[in-house]
Amino acid sequence: MSNFIEVAQQAVELAQNTSESGLTAAEQKSADAATGAGMAYGLAAIGPGIGIGYLVGQAVQAIARQPESAGQVQTVMFLGIAFTEALALLGFVVFIMLKFV
Amino acid sequence: MKDEDTPSTLAGIPGPSPAYQVALDMLKRGTIIAPLLVALGAAIWGADGAAAVAYALGLVLINFWLSAAIIAATTRISLALLMVGVLFGFLIRLGLIFLAVWLVRDASWLDMFALGIAIIITHLGLLAWELRYVSASLAFPGLKPGRATASINTSSTSLTTPASVAVSTATKE
Repeated sequence: MSNFIEVAQQAVELAQNTSESGLTAAEQKSADAATGAGMAYGLAAIGPGIGIGYLVGQAVQAIARQPESAGQVQTVMFLGIAFTEALALLGFVVFIMLKFV
Repeated sequence: MKDEDTPSTLAGIPGPSPAYQVALDMLKRGTIIAPLLVALGAAIWGADGAAAVAYALGLVLINFWLSAAIIAATTRISLALLMVGVLFGFLIRLGLIFLAVWLVRDASWLDMFALGIAIIITHLGLLAWELRYVSASLAFPGLKPGRATASINTSSTSLTTPASVAVSTATKE
């Protein structure tokens, strides 16, 4: 009889922890974290992608207009790319925090 | 003017790449500062933190080097290829960083929180450090920030214009 009550209590707890989608609260939290991590990583890569494209386009235009300043333009372009890429890395770090920590 | 007389604006630029030189500078500085950063990571997060900081620093330095290598290689070929190389290089490098972190996701010897923080701090820190030298070189071509320049800037406040700084440095040298 006592075993039956324990099983019933466990069933009630399981039902309480189960969401409408059929996942437990822990599974739902993990799924939400995975979704958020993926979105953070993906969305964070869009902005820098646009920024780097614009930056390199302008650099190529500058080199084409003034080939003698190609060295300076390349240096600034490289640093600009690296700084823009930091934004993508921020999104990646958010991904790490949500997914692995 | 005939077409063959017009230099192609998309032609590659021969010679050493300044971007590659900048990346090598950053590699050198990263290597110099590595023991300090690893010790800092160990002090804050323990042995796991030290491993994470070392791993993050390696990732950031390889990322810089790869970025500069792609720029250097594509610039020599053509400027059009430079755009292709930079954009696809960006995606490839993001993928490589993801792969590198994915491989150690379950490693017990590495603190993932420390890894994330260290990636951002080392990336921005090395960039800021390099920017100090690059911006000074761009503003005052031929000059590099060093003890002589610093002493001029601090000792004589009246020398504020670039021309006067250049002249005064040339006189000292």
